[in-house]
Formats: sequence, C-alpha cells, structure tokens
Amino acid sequence: MLKFEDIQHFLIARPPALAARYEFLTFLRPVAGRTWLSGILEKVGTAKAVGSSQPDSRWVTVAFTWNGLRALGVGEASLATFPEEFRQGMAARAEILGTTGTNHPDHWVGGLASSDLHAIVVLFARDVAERGRCRKEHEKFLLDCPGVEILSALDLEAIAPLHYVHEHFGYHDRLSQPVIEGCGVEPTPGSGPAIKPGEFFLGYLDEAGNQSPLPQPEILSRNGSYLAYFRLQEHVGRFRDFLREHGNTPEEQELVAAKLMGRWRSGAPLVLAPAKDDPELGRDMQRNNDFNYGKMDPYGYACPLGAHVRRMNPRDTAENMQRRKMIRRGGTYGPHLPEDAPEDGVERGIAAFIGCASLVRQFEFAMNVWVNDPSFHELGNERDPIFGTQDGSFDMTIPKRPIRKKISGLPAFTTVRGGAYFFLPGIKGLRYLASLPDAEIEPS
Amino acid sequence: MAPKAGPSDEVTKENDWTKPAAMAIPKEGYFKLERGRYGPLYPRTPACHGFTLIAKIKPGREEAIRAHGKTIEKAVADMPDALASLKLHYLRWVLFDIGKETYFMYQGIFDTDFDRYTEDAVALFTKYGINTVFENLEGFPEDWKTNPPSFSKFVAEHQCPSFLEYGEYPYVTADEIKKALKLKAAFSDMLDLMQ
Repeated sequence: MLKFEDIQHFLIARPPALAARYEFLTFLRPVAGRTWLSGILEKVGTAKAVGSSQPDSRWVTVAFTWNGLRALGVGEASLATFPEEFRQGMAARAEILGTTGTNHPDHWVGGLASSDLHAIVVLFARDVAERGRCRKEHEKFLLDCPGVEILSALDLEAIAPLHYVHEHFGYHDRLSQPVIEGCGVEPTPGSGPAIKPGEFFLGYLDEAGNQSPLPQPEILSRNGSYLAYFRLQEHVGRFRDFLREHGNTPEEQELVAAKLMGRWRSGAPLVLAPAKDDPELGRDMQRNNDFNYGKMDPYGYACPLGAHVRRMNPRDTAENMQRRKMIRRGGTYGPHLPEDAPEDGVERGIAAFIGCASLVRQFEFAMNVWVNDPSFHELGNERDPIFGTQDGSFDMTIPKRPIRKKISGLPAFTTVRGGAYFFLPGIKGLRYLASLPDAEIEPS
Repeated sequence: MAPKAGPSDEVTKENDWTKPAAMAIPKEGYFKLERGRYGPLYPRTPACHGFTLIAKIKPGREEAIRAHGKTIEKAVADMPDALASLKLHYLRWVLFDIGKETYFMYQGIFDTDFDRYTEDAVALFTKYGINTVFENLEGFPEDWKTNPPSFSKFVAEHQCPSFLEYGEYPYVTADEIKKALKLKAAFSDMLDLMQ
C-alpha cells in the first residue's frame, strides 16, 4: 500500500493549477540549504493532501540533484549508494540520451548543465496572479536564507483555450498516462493494467516482483522517485511552415501534423481515425486510448511506425512495456504564437518532468532507443519527428498505398534548452535532509 | 579527403546485400567509442550485431548446462515466438575444454544492439530459465535479476569481440529475410493460380 502521507504529491496527482514557476537553486553553504528546506517543508504538498476532498494550498514540490544532496551535507558513503546515472547527472549522459548538436548541454541555458545546480522548487498556482503572489512570498523567504541563490527560473502557464490541455504546436496533451496500482483509479480502456508502485516509487515491489535498490540511508530514499527534467523549445513557426510545405489544403496540413504525432491535433488516434479527424473521439477518454498497433495497424498505414506516440508508447509492438512506463508532469512556457503570425523569435515550449524509479531503465531507454535510435522498428534513418535530435539528415516514412511517402531531411521542430536529473524525496526524506547534523557536512 | 574513423567506404554502403562484405574490426571491438547506457555500443557489421561470450563454468556443472539445451528446444517448440524479441538470426552454444577446465561459449547473431535491449533480454532470460545456464558460470552476479547493470557488466567482461566478420548477404535483418521468403512464397502461389 502506498504511503500517501510520505510521498510528495507531484507524481500522484496534479493540483488544479493553470500556472507554475520553477526555480533552480544553488546552496552556497550546507547550513543555508538546510535552513531553506526546513522553512519550505511545511509548504510541500503530500499525495494524501492533494488526493483528499479538502485540497489545501500546499502545492510546493522540492527535488535535488546529486550535487544538491552533497551540498546539503549528505555524506560521501551515502552519496555513493545512488545509481551511477543519477550521480553523473543528465548533462554527462548527453551522448547516451542522444542530446547532441544544438541539443548538447554546451548550449543549455539557466545554469542547468552546471554542477552548481542543486535543487528545483516547483511553485504551482491556480492562475498567473496567484503565481505572482507565490513568487513574491518565496523571494521574501529567500531573504531569510542567505547562501541560497536562484540560478534561473521559468514561468509556465496553460495555453488558451483552457478547456483542453495542449502544447504550442496545438496537439491535445496528457491523453496517455500510466495509472499506479493502489491509487484507486481505473486505467482507461486500452491503457493496459495499472502499474506496480515500484516502477515509480522507491521501496515498493515493481513489475518484476522486486524492490528496486534503496540508496542509503533508507529514510532518505524510501517513497522517493527520480525525475528527469527537460526544457524543450518548440519552433512553432518552423513547424507551421513545414505543414504548409507538405500540405496544399488545411486538411492536408492537418494530416501531415497527425502523421508526425500519430494522433490528430484533437487527440484522436490515427489508428482509430485514419483518414479524417474526429474531435469527439479525441475528447473521449473512454475511447481515445483503446487501440493497439500490432493487430490494428501493423504496417503503419494509419499511424507511421516512426510517429511520436508510436515511439513513446509502442503498446503491443514492444516487449516489457509495463517496465518502460513513466509519469509525465509539466506544462508549457512562453507566449502562444497566434495562428497567422510569423515566427517571432520568442522562446516557447514545454518544460516537463519524467518520473520513474530507474532513470537508466525507464527514461534513458526511452531517449536512447525510442526517441533517438535511427534503427528503431528497423526504420534505418529516422528519429522521433517531434522530440528526436534532428539536424536535417534524418527522414520520416509515411506508409501509404500503393507507395509510401518519404520526407527527407526533417527539420528540428524542437530544441533541448536544458535538463537535469533530480531526486524527489518523500516527506521523511526531506525532514532527514533538513535535520542533517553539521558533523556530516565537513568530515575531519 | 579527411581520414575516416570507420571501415572503408565500400563497406559502409549498408544496403547493398548483393555484394558480399567483410569487415576487419579493431581490438576494442569498435571503431569509435560510442557510449550506451551500460557500456560501449558495438558496430553493426556485414554479419549484423552479435556477441561471443566465453566464460569458465563452475566445476561439475557441465551436465546441467547441456540439459538446458533441451529446455530451450522445448520452449521454442511450444512457443515459436518465444525468443522473437531478441531479434535473433542464430544462437550457438558450445562447451569446450582447456586443460582440465571447461568453458562455455554463447554466440548470438542478432539485429539489435545488446546494450539498447539489455533489460528485455534479462526479462526473457528469466522467463525461459536461461538464467540457470548463466548461474553455472564463474563470476556470474548473484543479484543479476534485480541488477541489470551487473548483468551487463558480466557480459562486457566476458565478451570477446570479433576481429573479422563476413556476410555473404551483408546487413540484412532477419525480418527482411523472412519478408523476402514470404514474398517468394506468395509469388509462387500466384503463379500456381495463374495456370
């Protein structure tokens, strides 16, 4: 049974927030970091509070890099028990993730590739005005914590119209999310069975019937998770130009957009709506996930083998799927580019977290194989058309009778502007960190 | 022209299955170090991906290993797609002696990079009890089921990279071969129907 009172709400339930602010922090002295953590701890939302019928305003989430755990005073013996990929950090794993070229950490912004990045605090807010209040309150609090500095910050807000969640390219988002066993939620049809908590939280049984190793001491790691953070710029002008270049009519352009994603922008999956958009299907959570690829679309005539959603969730066409699931959180940043406006050069995109129990088995596998392996599904020279590292040298094959359509030299619709690996401790873990003794900080 | 890090130009033309190709491989097993999640990625050669693991067996375990040949035979007979996800062409298991010691050689030729699909392989090995073979080998990690990195480390330490690989029909995947044979059968049926 999940210990909801000891788990941060972040991966269990979304607060009803339309805005958020991420602040990336550095601790100049361990005691400063601990003072800050002690002060903010009461604002950290638990899974229990968010899931209850009386939601409170404690919507803060706190997570640390490996360097951040050290900066708080966690001892070397303990630090060594964390998995290698977390110790190295996302920037050092760029080659494995495939974040090369313009996506390489050398070009990242906000100090995210730096070893000075120690913590992230996520301030969720009901709306933009409330976010302003949270920001001021945190600013004020930081004045009491000399030695804790903001490396960078990012403001996020949902894009209008608000009745459906979507990103800057206009695709309906959050349609396929894993359900955690024991949360009392029924997976929607076609989503597969609920997933064992050990795939997302440390200290529970996973899909292989094992408990993933708990870094030491257990009080620090139990009920915690790993987060992979990505700031992904979306080149909306380039994306729309591409659609116009490859489609003569608005209908043709919509079909091109759908073929890249594997779903129409309404969310309707191509497997169920191959020729024409079906917005009603897109909205219907009881139907919009109820499909497979192996039996219903083996050759990709509806959904191309290399389409984004077919890569990120190959469903029945990959092995071991229950062990590859991840929980996605995050939102959009930057202003919406109006439909008829040319590219304005303003950065906009998605800033997202991938939550899991093993970065190497879950997140890095997805990046290394599904997103950036050119041979995935034997495609030969393709990467994820939306999220893959594109430099104009890869293709996109769209199966079609009688002869397939091949788009050569796909442009990069997105650029990774930053990323990091964080550990998201449970509540007891946070308290442990806040109360670390000085003795452990500077061993003689 | 800048010198190439990889094999000669002729060999990199991967799609030409009509032209038999050989590739000489440096001692490390790769031309340029490319990091995978658990270790180096090895190149695809005219003879596909693959590995050759050679490990000493624990004393007295020879029969247990031989008996497992039967187990795999039955598993595949009962369920022909049992090993499908490994994208195999061939497996060769060999036992041989050096002096008084017995060694096990596991050679697999397949179409995916082992590093990329390590966890899938470990899951499959568990499912079909291939673990019982590995557990008879000296130095095999006892916690391999819960610790894929330790499994990969064992593989890396016992992998003997080829220094030459040859393909009579190079760079062709098992799926492509099966598709070609299906097409041949379909044509043959079609010709029969046209008589």
